[in-house]
Amino acid sequence: MAKVKGDIVIDIEKCKGCELCASACPQESLELSRKLNSKGYHYIIKIEDNCTGCTNCALVCPDSVIKVYRRTEKSSEKVATITNVTGDLTVKVK
Amino acid sequence: MNERRMLGSDQELLDEHYEKVIAEESVCISDNLVYGKPETLTSTPMHYCPGCGHGVAHRLIAEVIDEMGIQEKTIGVAPVGCAVFAYNYFDIDMSEAAHGRASAVATGIKRVLPDRYVFSYQGDGDLAAIGTGETIHTCNRGENILIVFINNGIYGMTGGQMAPTSLVGMKTTTSPFGRDTHEMGYPLKITELIAQLPGVYYCSRVAVNTPVHVRKAKKAIYNGFKYQELNKGLSFVEIVTNCPSNWKMTPVESNKWLEENMIPFYPLGDLKVPKKEN
Repeated sequence: MAKVKGDIVIDIEKCKGCELCASACPQESLELSRKLNSKGYHYIIKIEDNCTGCTNCALVCPDSVIKVYRRTEKSSEKVATITNVTGDLTVKVK
Repeated sequence: MNERRMLGSDQELLDEHYEKVIAEESVCISDNLVYGKPETLTSTPMHYCPGCGHGVAHRLIAEVIDEMGIQEKTIGVAPVGCAVFAYNYFDIDMSEAAHGRASAVATGIKRVLPDRYVFSYQGDGDLAAIGTGETIHTCNRGENILIVFINNGIYGMTGGQMAPTSLVGMKTTTSPFGRDTHEMGYPLKITELIAQLPGVYYCSRVAVNTPVHVRKAKKAIYNGFKYQELNKGLSFVEIVTNCPSNWKMTPVESNKWLEENMIPFYPLGDLKVPKKEN
């Protein structure tokens, strides 16, 4: 099973603090900041380091302030070994 | 959770905790980007209230335009209503229309420039009240355009007056004791009305309150543009959204209210889908 690690980047100056992303996040890793942005809104911040990059927060964000990144770590286990390749390019897999 | 609340009492400790969370990340590189703002949306901050569904609807249209690669060939028609400044947010050719007449303006643009993708973006006060005549006749003529209809059951821009689509018993500034059917009539299901017209090729109702509904809404808008490309006829997509400011709720509460009250009355799904060609 490949391990998935995600992260988000929030444009805090455009965030209006509606909290729709926080309610859509299955990991509950978003919360409103105590600080204000230049428009006077409490902006959203990530408070837990458990993001899976599911994009739910970005899908419901009305102001498109969230960018989602996702990294999948490839598993090192071998899936199959090629044992023989014949003349007509038929591949035998063990 | 409890730990966080304890930290919350001390601002410095809290800031330190957040910085630690941010500093640990190393996945934010462009190769790993899975979701971002579409190119068709400009960087202008939207003027909509916090939590308004208009922003999501704008982004979905922009995403579909990006994915189909038709940014240079798309012309949008903005309505009068909350979305009156839509031309500031879309990086495409846009036209403004008189109140309720967006579908008529879109008809004209499409007839003059038949190779362009034309869509009109209208609210419920625009499309279902003052522009009912234009809407029904555009649909009946089967113009080859896409109409995106934003239904939040209230006049948002003018301060929360009752719209034709307001639910029975809904409190607005012009129906402070709730909508009374004896005096004010019944809510208008305009999508069901126009789905019966033979000129309409595709008719669907979607919502944008949850991630699942957002994905379905994007698919409906994609279908609308695709059928326009194939010259099939008029596509009509109704998006049921919230209006937190005029419903006097927080954005999260308004989405919950929408799920409990609006969606049972305005059931989601395709109302008219084309027959499969063999």
